[in-house]
Amino acid sequence: MRNILRHILMVGLTTILGAGILWAGGPAERQEQTHGYGLGRLATDQEVRVWNIDVAPTGEGLPTGQGTAKQGAALFAARCATCHGPTGKEGPMDRLIGGAGTLASQHPIKTVGSYWPYATTLYDYVHRAMPFPAPQSLSPDEVYSVVAWLLYQNGIIAEDTVLDAHSLPGISMPNRRGFLPDPRPDVPKP
Amino acid sequence: MTKHLQEEGPSGGDGRPDAEDESLLNRRSLLAGTAGLVSAMLMGSMTPAAEAATENSPEDPTRVPGATPTAYGQRSAFEKAVRIPRSWWSSLTPLQDSHGILTPSSLHFERHHNGVPTIHPTQHRLLIHGMVDQPWTFAMEDLKRFPSVSRLAFIECSGNSAAEWRGPTGQTAQQTHGLTSTSEWTGVALKTVLQEVGMNPEASWMLAEGGDAAAMTRSLPLASILEEAILCYAQNGEPLRPEQGYPLRLLIPGWEGNTCIKWLRRLKLGKAPFMTREETSQYTDLMPDGTARQFTMVMEAKSVITSPSGGQHIQPGFLEIRGLAWSGRGRIASVEVSTDGGRSWRQAALQEPILPKCHTRFHLSWRWNGEDVILQSRCLDDTGYRQPDRTALVAVRGVNSVYHYNAIQSWHIAADGKVSNVHA
Repeated sequence: MRNILRHILMVGLTTILGAGILWAGGPAERQEQTHGYGLGRLATDQEVRVWNIDVAPTGEGLPTGQGTAKQGAALFAARCATCHGPTGKEGPMDRLIGGAGTLASQHPIKTVGSYWPYATTLYDYVHRAMPFPAPQSLSPDEVYSVVAWLLYQNGIIAEDTVLDAHSLPGISMPNRRGFLPDPRPDVPKP
Repeated sequence: MTKHLQEEGPSGGDGRPDAEDESLLNRRSLLAGTAGLVSAMLMGSMTPAAEAATENSPEDPTRVPGATPTAYGQRSAFEKAVRIPRSWWSSLTPLQDSHGILTPSSLHFERHHNGVPTIHPTQHRLLIHGMVDQPWTFAMEDLKRFPSVSRLAFIECSGNSAAEWRGPTGQTAQQTHGLTSTSEWTGVALKTVLQEVGMNPEASWMLAEGGDAAAMTRSLPLASILEEAILCYAQNGEPLRPEQGYPLRLLIPGWEGNTCIKWLRRLKLGKAPFMTREETSQYTDLMPDGTARQFTMVMEAKSVITSPSGGQHIQPGFLEIRGLAWSGRGRIASVEVSTDGGRSWRQAALQEPILPKCHTRFHLSWRWNGEDVILQSRCLDDTGYRQPDRTALVAVRGVNSVYHYNAIQSWHIAADGKVSNVHA
């Protein structure tokens, strides 16, 4: 009982002091007041679900669905080849296939196979931004399928490997260890 | 002094005449009634040569009433500096035509990844979720009610000057360095908004996502950005331009432009980077050994002489060497200029204001005697970092890292006064 009374007293004091600070806060103190503006509102589950489209390397965010390279071949030809070429190598936009072993050469070829460190990123990006004229138009099955086709063409998975929320995060990309933190400033002073 | 300089070439700032400006001017003249009539009569009496030289201006403006007030101002119809739309995804600021340190909003460089979206401000929302007390959403009117902050800051695309890695490519300062601009940015501090929603102290990374057709997304380390990041709704005193993120963008002063997510619609707090395409396959710097640097956010100190600069023609005699310097780490401490290809250096004057993470104007009086010379500038920031020469930069990074080229720029002045881009 005594503790409860003390608690009520403390809460009351805090409230009074807090109100005092708010009341005394002129323009100079304005920046100090960083909590409790009462702006905005709680987001609904639906609002979060519709926009929460990112996929982390852990696989968090991957939806239900599945696909294989075989299923992805026709989709790539129909929806992707115009920009990336019939085999994903010809362009005119980003080359997606090949380039293994070229990163340390004079003319590195950075592709999904030679450069990208995470297979999950491929799902995230294809879903959020591709195909270029109609982003976010592919179904989860279609995204899994075209991702499977790209990984198969790069020699990373078999043609019949089924990609889904469980298998995709486990795929080991060849350049997974190829990225280092920023060491700058790195140029010796003259 | 500027009379010494003549622009030439398609990229020298002599863009196409602004047909819209001219038609507006004509319409205003007509609307001005009698004044318009007098104006038209005066113009009719002008010789064809004079008319061509002065476009729609009267021979003697002191004898003709001028134009009436307008709802939204336009620059003089005689001024032609324009951005160069380099492709569907970027346009370049005409640095060689700029004065002071501010970039007019209309000339701020553009970089977008699937076009400029049209967003209705009353429909736009900012969603904040992940490691916060509760998922929260703000309308633009909510964000504008928070205590506001303003600052001047440059934004530079980390791909600025990327074509220069392999050799002198751009003809003009606009083409070599035009992916940087400075504005006054106004909004609410990121910290204020995150405290409002109750940030989990364990959160260390923040995903920022745009509402464009690329849903552009970057992961940002919270501890590094919390003190300076601004959720901006205004630029140079008015709402953001559509191509700069209307109605809401992130500003992280001094960091590569891509981190300043435009059309900002979502912030998600977490414990690890989200490893989006834009921080793995893009915006990573490939080194000669085949490894790549990741999360290279800071734009290191850089400078460029904007006058005289590539594509211009100078004449012997006095001129003022002018340029811009900036550093993503802080203030510009000094700028030195060489007129002999880097053998000797002289201190340039820095023009106030000298602000952190902001374009800084420098100048140096000079007399060109008609000899073949190479002009260079190099800057030092207040962390002691000195802008490197090209040889030193390439020795460390090779030529395949695409991003973050900040080497000393060399402009060659030939005996005939023609200025061109060289690597010296």
